[in-house]
Amino acid sequence: MAEVMRSETLNISNNTSSLASPELLHVLAVDDSIVDRKFIERLLRVSSCKVTVVDSATRALQYLGLDGDNNSVGFDDLKINLIMTDYSMPGMTGYELLKKIKESSAFREIPVVIMSSENILPRIDRCLEEGAEDFLLKPVKLADVKRLRDSLLKAEEGVFKNIMHKRELEANDIYSQLKRAKI
Amino acid sequence: MQRQVALIKQSLLDQGYLDEQFMELEELQDDANPNFVEEVATLYFKDSARLINNIDQALERGSFDFNRLDNYMHQFKGSSTSIGASKVKTECTMFREYCRAGNAEGCLRTFKQLKKEHATLRKKLEQYFQLARQAGPKETARRPK
Repeated sequence: MAEVMRSETLNISNNTSSLASPELLHVLAVDDSIVDRKFIERLLRVSSCKVTVVDSATRALQYLGLDGDNNSVGFDDLKINLIMTDYSMPGMTGYELLKKIKESSAFREIPVVIMSSENILPRIDRCLEEGAEDFLLKPVKLADVKRLRDSLLKAEEGVFKNIMHKRELEANDIYSQLKRAKI
Repeated sequence: MQRQVALIKQSLLDQGYLDEQFMELEELQDDANPNFVEEVATLYFKDSARLINNIDQALERGSFDFNRLDNYMHQFKGSSTSIGASKVKTECTMFREYCRAGNAEGCLRTFKQLKKEHATLRKKLEQYFQLARQAGPKETARRPK
């Protein structure tokens, strides 16, 4: 699946873009409310994102393969670019999920956005301190999702540009070495 | 007929049954997903019926576990907010205040009102969606200009 998803134009070295496919972000959404799941899924689809929705933090960890059981899917195939999670959930909260993700070497680089219906400043601070990318008040707006998507795509573009630049430098370096050798 | 649909929606907004969030949901509809709002509403009423049942049972037991009640109501308020059910949302907020104050009488009274608002909204939305389906998908799927 990873091979199908990865565009050939990005296949330039080990440091490839982590986009699920060109220009398509894969978002993992976590919410215990069935209404909110339907809503966030639609917001993300309308924003041209690939979406996987789960109903609990535990299921999210299972999906990512962080629950201690063997991965059924390798990390490369998952290619999650963003995790959006509700804060208040029974069992494991979104905050606890955030911590688990940031503790994981495989997934700590994935931006995590917390969603909450309650505008509680200490809660927001705590999440941001723990490494949350953003904190969105529910109901989430389409504009919020689009803004997230755009900033992530820009970041990916930045990574891509850096890789291309690095490649250019490497190529120039090899060229100069060859030139020197000839002299 | 399409004008009729628009007028019904406007009246639901004007009377405060629905708020801006409902309009946001309609904005997410398109030709490929013309019934999105109705689908969300269906999920909402199914889910909220379950919550109402849970709260009814909890209140009937007479034990008044305010934490548990507040928890149910937090969920109820959340989904009501997501669909734009304004009056229901207001009742949820009041109920939670009574929970926090440990006011059983207030909880019972508010819950009765909440169920009334919920039933009214359900009926009105059923009428609205039925009419909208009859009127045809194109006009109702988008926000009127």
